[in-house]
Amino acid sequence: MAYTNFTVETDSDGIALVTWDMPDRSMNVFTEEVMDELDRITDQIVADEAVKGVVITSGKEAFSGGADLTMLQKMLKVFQQEEARDHEAAIKMLFEGAGRMSWLFRKIETCGKPWVSAINGTCMGGAFELSLACHGRVAADGDKVKMGLPEVKVGLFPGAGGTQRVPRLTDGQQALQMLTTGAALSPKKAKGMNLIHEIAEPAKLVDAAKAMIRNGLKPVQPWDEKGFKLPGGPVYSAAGANLWPPAIAILRRETYNNYPAAAAVLKCVYEGLLVPFETGLTIEQRYFTEILQTTEAAMMIRSLFVSLQELNKGARRPEGVAPTKFTKIGVIGAGFMGAGIAYVTAKAGIPVVLLDRDMPSAEKGRDHSAGLMDGLIKKGRATAEDKEKLLSLITPSDDYGQLDGCELVIEAVFEDSDIKKGVTEKSEAVLAASATFASNTSTIPITGLAKNSKRPKNFIGIHFFSPVDRMMLVEIILGKKTGDEALAVAIDYVRAIRKTPIVVNDTRGFYVNRCVLRYMSEAYQMLIEGVPAPMIENAAKMAGMPVGPLALTDETAIDLAQKIMKQTIRDLGEKAVDQEQFALINTMVDTHGRHGRKNGKGFYDYPAKPAKKHLWPGLKDLYPQKAPEEIDVEVLKKRFLVTIALEAARVMGEGIVTDPREADVGSILAFGFAPYTGGALSYIDGMGSAAFVKLAKQLQKKYGPQFKAPKVLVDMAAKDESFYQRFDPYADRRQKAA
Amino acid sequence: MADAYVYDAVRTPRGRGKKDGSLHEVPAVRLAARTLEAVRDRNGLDTSKVDDIIFGCVDPVGEAGSVIPRAAAFEAGYATEAPGMQISRFCASGLDAINFGAAKIAGGSDEIVIAGGVESMSRVGMGMSGGAWFMDPSVGLPSYFMPQGVSADLIATKYGFSRDDVDAYAVESQKRADAAWKDGRFKDSVIVIKDQNGLTILDHDEHMRPGTDMQSLASLNPSFVMPGEMGGFDAVAVQRYPEIEGVNHVHHAGNSSGIVDGSAAVLLGSKKAGKTMGLTPRARIRAFTNIGSEPAIMLTGPVDVTEKLLKKAKMTIDDIDLFELNEAFASVVLRYMQAFDIPHDKINVNGGAIAMGHPLGATGAMIFGTVLDELERRDLNTALVTLCIGAGMGTATIIERV
Repeated sequence: MAYTNFTVETDSDGIALVTWDMPDRSMNVFTEEVMDELDRITDQIVADEAVKGVVITSGKEAFSGGADLTMLQKMLKVFQQEEARDHEAAIKMLFEGAGRMSWLFRKIETCGKPWVSAINGTCMGGAFELSLACHGRVAADGDKVKMGLPEVKVGLFPGAGGTQRVPRLTDGQQALQMLTTGAALSPKKAKGMNLIHEIAEPAKLVDAAKAMIRNGLKPVQPWDEKGFKLPGGPVYSAAGANLWPPAIAILRRETYNNYPAAAAVLKCVYEGLLVPFETGLTIEQRYFTEILQTTEAAMMIRSLFVSLQELNKGARRPEGVAPTKFTKIGVIGAGFMGAGIAYVTAKAGIPVVLLDRDMPSAEKGRDHSAGLMDGLIKKGRATAEDKEKLLSLITPSDDYGQLDGCELVIEAVFEDSDIKKGVTEKSEAVLAASATFASNTSTIPITGLAKNSKRPKNFIGIHFFSPVDRMMLVEIILGKKTGDEALAVAIDYVRAIRKTPIVVNDTRGFYVNRCVLRYMSEAYQMLIEGVPAPMIENAAKMAGMPVGPLALTDETAIDLAQKIMKQTIRDLGEKAVDQEQFALINTMVDTHGRHGRKNGKGFYDYPAKPAKKHLWPGLKDLYPQKAPEEIDVEVLKKRFLVTIALEAARVMGEGIVTDPREADVGSILAFGFAPYTGGALSYIDGMGSAAFVKLAKQLQKKYGPQFKAPKVLVDMAAKDESFYQRFDPYADRRQKAA
Repeated sequence: MADAYVYDAVRTPRGRGKKDGSLHEVPAVRLAARTLEAVRDRNGLDTSKVDDIIFGCVDPVGEAGSVIPRAAAFEAGYATEAPGMQISRFCASGLDAINFGAAKIAGGSDEIVIAGGVESMSRVGMGMSGGAWFMDPSVGLPSYFMPQGVSADLIATKYGFSRDDVDAYAVESQKRADAAWKDGRFKDSVIVIKDQNGLTILDHDEHMRPGTDMQSLASLNPSFVMPGEMGGFDAVAVQRYPEIEGVNHVHHAGNSSGIVDGSAAVLLGSKKAGKTMGLTPRARIRAFTNIGSEPAIMLTGPVDVTEKLLKKAKMTIDDIDLFELNEAFASVVLRYMQAFDIPHDKINVNGGAIAMGHPLGATGAMIFGTVLDELERRDLNTALVTLCIGAGMGTATIIERV
């Protein structure tokens, strides 16, 4: 029998080797067709008396990335259409669909012949669940071999038996941790957890798998044997009483209960372990059906999987420009940002010239990379060789002549237009006419800086976030005259260093910083209202933000906030800054000398370690304090998300960001906007533009003009339109298809 | 509606709730049986006339399972006509058993009820009956479950009680209990637990540490730092009460209720039953009620239930002569005193569970008897008995002497 996605070869021992190798794809994924074929293969194997057992492996470098999430998206779309007609039938259909993979794996598990999964490379999600359903599991030894169930990261959970098999193989604590965090496991760790049986030399992987069958592997899973005992003991036992209450608390601590899928994992495991295995699968299927319908799942799949991948592949790259091959990149300014840019560039294997006024400064910039590599070596994530190789790619220099031959130069010098002018001129004197010049400025409009350039078409902004090595987003800023070639080069570069680019048109604060300022400003206003400071910080985190707004101000420095306010007043007049907030910041800096984390005194106090930072008690005395009972924390949470979302909407309305995928992904990667919402615009879409505008109006009435919805949003609300409809990122594709 | 009267109240001494505790050798059912025997023998009770025996028991499993008051009635030699039932409302079970009995009498179904409770914490163990409340994620997540100790620390944090405040309360509890014992104030109610040969096993509350002072308490480490930090419960507290930055852990073994074994029983009856039995009522159950309170902070139910009960009884806080609030944790009592502005000399005047221990299902009936004795000793009229309760509830009862 022939299959599109698999080959089946039976050897003389009667062991069928099923090799998964999908045509036209670099990665195996579960599609409808793959499941159909696997189903037929199982039938074929059961029917063929010559076959004694099965080894399943992949013909690609990775085993499989799991389910094709666009298949789930399609399934949900069909569900929504059907639901409009017949709710009950639609749910039933979704339930059947949700269980398809699970019961296929159960069929394999109970087919009567032993299956061994030979995990030759990355094996994630549904693919690892398939492996867990196999009676034997062998993984190839190697750094690139990772396995795990990462579904919670996109708002889902392992719905093909993962929540039932993992806690029947390993103890409860490890099982829950793995399932609720989606952590990837090395073969060693997986074996330690009893999730795989063997680790083999990559070349001997299939042999090792076949040997398991030849040695009489039983085609029965432990949980299908009589007298099976849970490895962590029964749920209702002393061990269970130590496990479950903290597990629930820790889930809340880590997720603020904002992620229904993570909670569903706990429910599936708890309920499933109290019943026989197949009942557990049914329970899991019911929860999976529920989670599939959540807004969180839809939004997270879209932003954190589909959009993120598309942006990473260069969705916004102009067509018709040849890909750039980087042989040398110049970074000017070896301070904290410049040194970080040099590091991530060299990490991608690209030679870097790191230029500063004098050699000691330039060398200090390279030392930053040495320090980061030492950190990785300490954690076992890099070797001394890696460090040597990376450092050899960074050439510290004080000579502009060294920039000759760079395809791209990025300046990260002091935020001063005059200094930047000089740097641009000196660089262009050396660079080829085709080279791209980029500024990492975070505050000065690109169009203005481009006036210093003889080749404004080649001038672009590439805005990194701090710390460069950890922040995954890069804003690419287009000046008025920036050309397609420069944009293509910038995107190629950001892709090369494996970060995510978003393309932003020139404006004060670009996209990200505008949103962040709104976030912090709302916190200042709450302080002024007399909301207790802990409530402000906690409400922000409960809303899903990774760092409280006051802590964030401390990190970026309160005196910097003061500088920005003063600059804004100089540029745009007094009304551009809330005077009460300005007074608060002035009081903090000028009266109390509280500059932020850098001087150990900000909104928080920073005592010597190991003591933890805590809010400055003096905050209570700045404004009359409200009683906590008078404050609705749900409103505080909404204020944070809404003020940011409104700014994102304004940015879209002004045409600064043009693609909602970029606004969404950017908001999550740059400042951690409540990931469960799918990003700042998806937060609005998830609620519906009409409901959102209504909410904004209520907040505007009570808390001020920062909640005024921009025209674009009011217009969308009237039409009940979403951002992904109004600014359809796939409009071109759809037009072409039509 | 008939009034329910209190005719007698007895309790066992409280044995340390550990393997080295004096009552560890005594089965739970025997503790209960001893109180039933005492109620019968002290009052010359015709047990065939007992309409019900209602006992609270929080962990009614193993030897305490399967309706322990019925089993206790067998061991005590009660007439077969006296039935039994076991109830649980966690720590207030013993008081709820009394209220339940009073309701049956007031409703006219019963004339004579013995109500009380039993808990052998050393033999059965706390939490042995399990429960979805803290185990099932579908319950624990939305209710912000945290262990009581963390809730008690949360009360201290939210309402501003320092480690010194709670320790000072504990020292006073020990002092008062010691004084009460020395003064013989418990002697009419506490029965001696003897073996089958008449040898005494325990005749006093053995959990007490009369020498306790601020210094000795200061040396104790807070008990709930570990569950708070490692177990994630501090984060749960902060998410439920975001006005706090973190939990100030102040409670430890010395300012929390002691784990002990014990049993108590109260003889209730209608006025008519008293005449039939030839007994004089000591007090009337004037009012009682229950309430559900915020379950995460859990132990503030006494405040809520007291407000509800006073309103219901058309009384004010000043109408109450003595308060008896179970000393589950020092902060629980401090919060109650703060909420109603009750002076310390009107509440828990003979000490409480911090000194003498808290045999969960029995405590409500024990402190009920304690405050009744004290009303009589001081020749006062009215007392309010209340307890904080797991999962956020409150039970309270007002009695007045007749």
